[in-house]
Amino acid sequence: MGIGYNTITFNQDKCDGCGDCMLACAQAKAGSDDIVHSRIQILTTDQPSGDPQASDSGAIELAMCRQCGDPKCVSNCPAAALTKNATTGTIDWHADKCVNCLLCTVGCAFGGITYNAEIGHVTKCDSCDGNPACVKVCPKGALEYNTSGSIYNRISDKDDLFVPGLSACQGCNSELLIRHTLRNVGTNVVVATPPGCIPGMGTVGYNGKTGTKVPVFHPLLTNTASMLAGIKKQYNRVGRDVTMLALAGDGGVGDVGFQSLSGAAERNEQQLFMCVDNEGYMNTGMQSSGSTPAGSWTSTTPVGKEMQGKRTDAKNMAKIMMMHNCEYVATASLAFMDDYYEKLDKAIAASKHGFAYLHVYAPCPTGWRFPAADTIEVCRKQVESNFVTLWDFTPEQGLRFTRSTDNPIKMAEYLKQIGKYRHLSEAQVEHLQRRVNDQVRSLKAFEQLTEVS
Amino acid sequence: MPHCKYLIIGSSHAALEAVSAIRMQDTEGSLTMITRDSHLPYSPTVLPYVVSGRSKADNVALRDQSYFEQHAVEFVTNRSLSSIEPDCNTAVLDNGDRWQYEKLLLATGASPIIPPIPGLDKVKHLVLRTLEDAVALRDASQKAKKAIVLGAGLVGMHGAENLAEAGLEVTIIEMQTQVLPGYFDPQAAQMIQSAFDQHGINMKMGHKAVSISPQSSDQQNTGCRVELDSGETLDADLLLVSTGVRPIFDYCSGSHLQTDQGILVDNHMSTNQKNIWAAGDVAQAKDFYSDTKVTTGILPDAVEQGRIAGMAMSDDPSLKNYSGGVPINTYTFYGQQAISVGTSDSSSGPLNGEPTDKLEIELTVDSDKGYFQKIIFKDNRLQGISGINAALDPGIMWQLILRRIDLGAVKKEFVAQPLETGRRLMSGTWR
Ligand SMILES: Cc1cc2nc3c(=O)[nH]c(=O)nc-3n(C[C@H](O)[C@H](O)[C@H](O)COP(=O)(O)OP(=O)(O)OC[C@H]3O[C@@H](n4cnc5c(N)ncnc54)[C@H](O)[C@@H]3O)c2cc1C
Repeated sequence: MGIGYNTITFNQDKCDGCGDCMLACAQAKAGSDDIVHSRIQILTTDQPSGDPQASDSGAIELAMCRQCGDPKCVSNCPAAALTKNATTGTIDWHADKCVNCLLCTVGCAFGGITYNAEIGHVTKCDSCDGNPACVKVCPKGALEYNTSGSIYNRISDKDDLFVPGLSACQGCNSELLIRHTLRNVGTNVVVATPPGCIPGMGTVGYNGKTGTKVPVFHPLLTNTASMLAGIKKQYNRVGRDVTMLALAGDGGVGDVGFQSLSGAAERNEQQLFMCVDNEGYMNTGMQSSGSTPAGSWTSTTPVGKEMQGKRTDAKNMAKIMMMHNCEYVATASLAFMDDYYEKLDKAIAASKHGFAYLHVYAPCPTGWRFPAADTIEVCRKQVESNFVTLWDFTPEQGLRFTRSTDNPIKMAEYLKQIGKYRHLSEAQVEHLQRRVNDQVRSLKAFEQLTEVS
Repeated sequence: MPHCKYLIIGSSHAALEAVSAIRMQDTEGSLTMITRDSHLPYSPTVLPYVVSGRSKADNVALRDQSYFEQHAVEFVTNRSLSSIEPDCNTAVLDNGDRWQYEKLLLATGASPIIPPIPGLDKVKHLVLRTLEDAVALRDASQKAKKAIVLGAGLVGMHGAENLAEAGLEVTIIEMQTQVLPGYFDPQAAQMIQSAFDQHGINMKMGHKAVSISPQSSDQQNTGCRVELDSGETLDADLLLVSTGVRPIFDYCSGSHLQTDQGILVDNHMSTNQKNIWAAGDVAQAKDFYSDTKVTTGILPDAVEQGRIAGMAMSDDPSLKNYSGGVPINTYTFYGQQAISVGTSDSSSGPLNGEPTDKLEIELTVDSDKGYFQKIIFKDNRLQGISGINAALDPGIMWQLILRRIDLGAVKKEFVAQPLETGRRLMSGTWR
C-alpha cells in the first residue's frame, strides 16, 4: 500500500487576495516582511478580462509547491539536492548539495520552486513541518491544512469488513460511510442493520451468506436498539467485551425505530447507534420521513397543483438524542473526514460505558436527484451553508461545535445542486433559511451553557 | 544466458526516469540496468561543479545502493553494450555476455565530439562528460597555468569559468561569432560574453583552430600550441575540448535499427525494431516546432523521454505522446542567471523564413543592470522567451509553449510581468 500525505489546500472562491498568507510565510521563512520571500504566491490582477472562458478571467490564483507525488523537480536535479520525503511527503531541498543550476525550475509547471535573487538560491514550500504558517493566518478559510492523508495511512492496512460487491447506487454516501466505520470498529463486533438501504445493498447477504466478514443481523425497524441491548447483556454475562453497532437509516431511527431507541438511550445501554440520514425512505422508493426537510420533493410529498413538496419541517434527531443525556452524541459529514474519525473514536470508546449516538448526514444522489459524482460536494455544501451543523456532546462537556457556524455560504449554493429542491419558491427558501437560523441559534444557546458551566 | 524482462542500458537521467516509470506500473518484473560507468548513477550536468569543488565527487549520486535493493533493480557497472540482435531479443556486452530481454531501453547518452583538427590526437587534451573526466580536469587545473577551451557551448563556458576561478589564464576559441548559439540571440550572447571579458577571459570568437602541436619546449608533452585561422598561435598547458556532443550508438551497427544523428524514435520513444526503445541524448525524436526529428541533448528532455519510454515499456495506460523537443537552458555564470525556453532567435532555427507580420518580438534591455528579456510570439502564442537576470518560471513558460495558449488578451501584461502573469495563467489553466 502507498502512503497518504497531508497537504495545504486552496479554496479559490473564499480568497479575497488579502495577502496575509504571503506575509506570514515571508516572516516564518526569512524573518522579513518582504513578500518576495514568500513561498506561497497569491496572484491578483488589475486588468481582468471579465470573461470566465478567457485564459485570464481575473480570478485570484495561487502558485506554490504541490509536493507532487512524482515530482519533476526531483527528476531534473542533477545534484541530488531535492528528495521526496517518504515520511512527510514534502519535497526537501538540501542546501549543501544544490549547485544553483535552476533545472528544477524547468521541471515545475506550478511556480512551486523558484529562484530568489535576493538570497541567491531556489526556495520552495516545506509545509512548515506540518504546521503551515500561511494556513494559520488565513482569515477567510481559503487555505486549509488537509490531514485526510493521515486517515488513509491509518486505515490502509485495516481490513474492509464488508464484501466487495455491495449493490448500492452509484455515488452512495452510505456505502462509503459504513466501509470506513466498520474498518475502524474492527472484527470484535455484532452489527445490526434494520430495514433500509444498508441491508438493501446486500450487507445482510443473500442465499444464506452475509455481506460482511463479521456477525450481522437484520432486526425489525422497531426493535434494533432493544435487540442489541439483549445481545450485549448476554456477552457481558459470559465476560466478553464485544461492540454493539447499529447502522440504521433515519426512518429506523427517528420514526418507526424511535421508541426502542429512546428506551435504550434512557437505560444507557452499551451500544453505538449510528443514524445514516439520507432524509427519507430511499430504499423503498423515496418516501418522506420525519427527517425530510420542508419543501423537499419525495414520492409521498410530490410537487404539483396541491402541494409543493413536504409541508412540515424535519425534526432534529441529534438534538433529541442530546436531550437524552447520552454518554456521547455527535453529528458528522463525510466531507469532513478528520472530524468524523475523531467522533467515531470517541463514540466507540463511549459505547463501552453507555449509549453513544452518531448522526451522519448522508446525501443521496438517487433520491435527492443530483449527479453521482457530486456526493461529497453536496455533503460539503450542506455543512458549509449551516443546513446541518457539526458538533458533539457529552454530559460532562456539554455541546461543542467542531466546525464554526460563522460565515456560512449562501443557502442557495447548497440547494441549487439538488433536484428535490428545484421547484422551491422564494418563500420556501426563506422558510428553510429561517429554520436553519433557528437551529443554529438554539444549538449556540446550548454551546453557551457549556461555556458557562 | 542471463534473462530479464526489462533491460536498461545507461544509468543517467533517461535510464533512471524510465526505471521509476516502470516500477510505478510493474513492481516485480525483473529489471537490469547496465552501465559502462563504474559509479553509482550521476549526472553529467553536475560535473562542472565537481571541477570547481562546489560538489564532492563522492556526494553527487542520484541513487544509492539501497534504492536498487528496494526497487528490485539489478545494477551492473563497468559493462558496455557492444551489439544488439533484435531478432532474438539479445543484447551482447563487451565481455561477450549475451543478455536476453523482453524489452530493451537504449539510454546511452552522448559523448564529446573530438573535432578533426590536425595534431589534436598528438597532444594531451581533456573533455568533460564523466566523473573521471571531471576529476582529471580538476587535477589538471590545479597544476596548469594557461588553458585553452575549444568551443563556447555550455560545457566550454562552464569549464572556462571554473578554470579562470581556479586562477588559470583562459582563452576560449569559438568558430561561431557568438557564445551559446541556439539558446541565446547575438545580443544576449554578447551580454554573457562581456561578463567573461570582464573576468579576464580571452574570447577568440569567430575563429577556428587549424592545427595543434605539442609545445616544443615541453618534454613531458603536456603543453600544446594552437594555431588559429588568423595565423595567430596560442600556447597552453591545459586543453579542454568542448565542441559539442554526439549520441553513442556504435552498438547499433548490424542491428537494422534506424539511425541518423541519433537513434530514430516515434512519439512513444520506440525504435523501428520490436521491443526496443531509446530515450535521452541518444534518441532523435520529434521536434516541437517542425516535422523533423532532432537530438536535443538537454537534461529535461532526457527526463521527459525516459518517462515516456518507461511508461510505454510497462504498458502504462496513461501513456501520452511525446510533445516534441523544445530547447531549454538555464545557465548560471558569475552569479548571474540566463534562462531560455523555446526559440530565442527568429533569424535562425524553426522560425527562420516565417513571414515577419506573423511574428511579434518584444525586447527589453537594460545593459547597465545586465537585464535582458526577449519574448517571441507567433499568432499570439508564445514561441520562446529568453532572459538574463530576468525573473521567470521556465517550467511555466515551457507549458505555455507546449499548450499553445492564446496570450492575445494578456500580452501587454505578460510582456511587462512574465513571472506573475505566467503564474496566474498557470493557476487558471492547469492548476
Ligand atoms: C558538463 C555538462 C554540463 C551540462 N549542463 C547541462 C545543463 O545545464 N542543462 C541541461 O539541460 N543539460 C546539460 N547537460 C546535458 C545533460 O547532462 C544531458 O542531456 C543528460 O545527462 C542526458 O541524459 P541521458 O540519460 O540521455 O545520457 P547521459 O547522461 O549521457 O548518460 C548515458 C549513460 O549511458 C552509459 N553508456 C553510454 N554508452 C554505453 C554503452 N555502450 N554501454 C553501457 N552503458 C553506456 C553512460 O555510462 C551513462 O551512464 C550538460 C552536460 C555536460 C556534460
